[in-house]
Amino acid sequence: MELQAVLMAAGGGSRMMDLTYNTPKPLLPVGNRPLIWYPLNLLERVGFEEVIVITTKEVQKALSTDQRLKTDVKMRLDVVCIQEETDMGTADALRHIQQKIKTDILVVSCDLITDVALHEVVDLFRAHNATLSMLMSKVHEFTDTVPGQKGKKKAGEQRDFVGVDVTGKRLLFMANEADLEEGLVFRKSIMRKHPRMLIKTGLLDAHLYCLKRSVVDFLVHNKSVTSIRGELVPYLVRKQFSKMFGVHNKCTSKEEALLQLARERSCWNDHRGDMSEAYHGGKLRCYVHIMEEGMCYRVNTLAAYIEANRVVPKLFEDPPIHPTAVVTERSLVGSDSIIGPYCQISDKTSIKRSNVGTSSTIKEKVKITNSIIMNGVTIEEGCNIQGSVICNNAVIGRGADMKYCLVGSGQCIEPEGENAVVQCSSGYTTHTKTHTLHFCSSVVFVLNPAFCVCVCVHSLAHVCLFFV
Amino acid sequence: KKQHKKNKKDDRGPPEKEKEKEKASVPAPSKPATQSPAHKGTAFAILHSLVFVSFLYFLLVVKRLPEHIQVDDPAALKKLAKKLERQQVPLRSDYGYKVSLFSHLHQYSRKNPPTQQISIPATVIHPSIVRLGLQYSQGIIAGSNARSVALLHAFKQVIRDYSTPPNEELSRDLVNKLSPYISFLSQCRPLSASMGNAIKYIKKEISNIPSQCKEEEAKRRLQECIDSYINEKIILASEAISKYAIEKISDGDVILVYGCSSLVNHILCEAFEKQRKFRVIVVDSRPRLEGKEALRRLVKKGIRCTYVLISALSYILPEVSKVFLGAHALLANGYVMSRVGTSQIALVAKAFNVPVLVCCETYKFCERVQTDSFVSNELDDPDDLIVTRNGKTHLENWQTVKSLGLLNLVYDVTPPDFVDLVITDLGMIPCTSVPVVLRVKNVDQ
Repeated sequence: MELQAVLMAAGGGSRMMDLTYNTPKPLLPVGNRPLIWYPLNLLERVGFEEVIVITTKEVQKALSTDQRLKTDVKMRLDVVCIQEETDMGTADALRHIQQKIKTDILVVSCDLITDVALHEVVDLFRAHNATLSMLMSKVHEFTDTVPGQKGKKKAGEQRDFVGVDVTGKRLLFMANEADLEEGLVFRKSIMRKHPRMLIKTGLLDAHLYCLKRSVVDFLVHNKSVTSIRGELVPYLVRKQFSKMFGVHNKCTSKEEALLQLARERSCWNDHRGDMSEAYHGGKLRCYVHIMEEGMCYRVNTLAAYIEANRVVPKLFEDPPIHPTAVVTERSLVGSDSIIGPYCQISDKTSIKRSNVGTSSTIKEKVKITNSIIMNGVTIEEGCNIQGSVICNNAVIGRGADMKYCLVGSGQCIEPEGENAVVQCSSGYTTHTKTHTLHFCSSVVFVLNPAFCVCVCVHSLAHVCLFFV
Repeated sequence: KKQHKKNKKDDRGPPEKEKEKEKASVPAPSKPATQSPAHKGTAFAILHSLVFVSFLYFLLVVKRLPEHIQVDDPAALKKLAKKLERQQVPLRSDYGYKVSLFSHLHQYSRKNPPTQQISIPATVIHPSIVRLGLQYSQGIIAGSNARSVALLHAFKQVIRDYSTPPNEELSRDLVNKLSPYISFLSQCRPLSASMGNAIKYIKKEISNIPSQCKEEEAKRRLQECIDSYINEKIILASEAISKYAIEKISDGDVILVYGCSSLVNHILCEAFEKQRKFRVIVVDSRPRLEGKEALRRLVKKGIRCTYVLISALSYILPEVSKVFLGAHALLANGYVMSRVGTSQIALVAKAFNVPVLVCCETYKFCERVQTDSFVSNELDDPDDLIVTRNGKTHLENWQTVKSLGLLNLVYDVTPPDFVDLVITDLGMIPCTSVPVVLRVKNVDQ
């Protein structure tokens, strides 16, 4: 067998806690499918028949019960559970499943939505006998307003500096701004071997890696490496140019000798201009495929989640309105909206550029624009929802008017009288006619016996939700 | 045609018989009267057998045209598509406009790799064959010897991972398993003559495995066969050729080489180690610029080299005392098939009276006969001819210009009159002795 697929679905979604505090990240609906469906679909399309899925118990349960996952995914899923509390990194997870790994592996993250031609990445791995081959894509700027964020997104994310050679395929240098003190430091050996290097900063790492079997063995011996992206990949990229390798193939010597003979007799060289042989005689090689066009999203922030929901439904040829949804005649569902199964859309509702999830009920005279409604949501009459994200099982009371809000899972927005405006620009504010919420840093007010939404604004302009 | 030939034989038959009869009748006029009925019977039988034998002979000798030079024939293409579908090998489509004189050949692009339609992980085709095909199509393994060695290495992996299905014999099943792999490899890049000979050898060895042989034993035997083939035909052959060639290199020589031939590089390095004093002129040509690699290897050894492009050939030839050329294959009529540009070098060298020596191992000899470079050749990616300087290309949209075609030939044939000597592991032979070597080889096998 050539490659085994490993899907990392145990991540917590720490950068979008608002969405993931109740629902595990792999099960967040994107385009009315759970997020984990997308990488599984990618693997199935290229021809994998088996995937090792590393995840938590909750996701495992969902994988075996969710209708959509069971029917659509025909591959055999070998689910390995890890405890949430152990806080395993991706490399730790690989070490955990070391027994199952018999060949080279393809590691995919559960939050990757892409239409890349996977053979481009794997071909680099095959043709050059590489140790690591990864996928990167140009970063998209997210233009939609994100609920809960004022102004444009600051470059709070540290930049990645990626150095490639002239062909744009060989990975020479990788560093994150957070690890650098004053500036970029290059070893002279890299400059001697590759005098022309292109440094790129606007790249998004898709967290899709082809790794040799020997790398897994290396991980077993070096227990200090916890994360693939954070530690293993930069280590491998650096090791390409050092004299001693810890990671090398252990083929039988005869086969190695034959390969060596073939390479000697071949008149090919990957570089011209100096006296060294192909690959400068190095055994460890790292390659990267940079996607110029096409879709590649990593759904690990709220902005990416919203963007993905916007773009993804256009890809698949599902009918925009699921056959089991009940949509009355007098409602207006735009062509770029999708309605999930078992929904009930009542009269005089208008749904534009939005996704409505499974089993949601939308009553009369509701106007929904540019929003994401997840599963099991109830929206009472007369609501006006714009640019918002409503999570699972929330209830939006009558007459609520919401712009750019995020309603957490299971929350309930109070029914309004006429014309009260619920506005969320710098936080999640709900002014009701009868009640006023106080803003304070630690105290939660219980204003009525029903569930209530309470917002705290921290001094660092960091917004989070507390609820009772 | 066969029917026509048969009729011709028939026509020739009776007149011969009649002439014989006449000769017989002259000395003994009385005899034919009594002998003719019996004679007629045996004569008829002999005639029949003659016709039959000649028919069979033509069947064996008149070969069908290989598929890879019949690309402009839709019937042949359909047949190929059906065969590939049956073997579950993806069909690679041709790319771009082909010059009309070469429209019967495949032209592939590196932008459409053969792995586009193969599943990841590769299940139908063995992973090492997929890797090999990719390396061929991207040019990572180039050069006749390198391709053969890599092919045999991949076959060793295939044999190692092979297990006989129940109710099948290894000798028959393994050969059937190899056919789709060979189809895939020829889709990636047309097979070279050396690869073809290696495949024939392997297939013969596999079919010669006795049926009572156990699987482990059979596999071990096959691996050993492959190892010994590589050892004899490539490694030891190059040693032998170097020995002969070094006799031909004298001190003070100026040797001209073309492109990057692994064998010629090996000879020159050995000669340098044996303390011969010579210098080398490396001639190179676009778009492959393989001469740079040859230059690197020779200079690394310490040999004094000069580097010119092929357009400077007639300028540099007055300085040259010998020309050493490598070969991709030696054809049965003595023609040398080698990298495009070789025949040009041989021609100009002949005009300057410079001796041309071709170095070639015997396993590259093939039974094909060719007198021109058109009928059977290889078309490389036409986009290789596009030059980018400072990020600007003028030929970027060459496909939109209707009257423009890009032609990137890979091989050409050199007539034997331009070649003075062929150095093989069997010795130094003139070009016209190639069919003798082939005949001796066939008798051996």
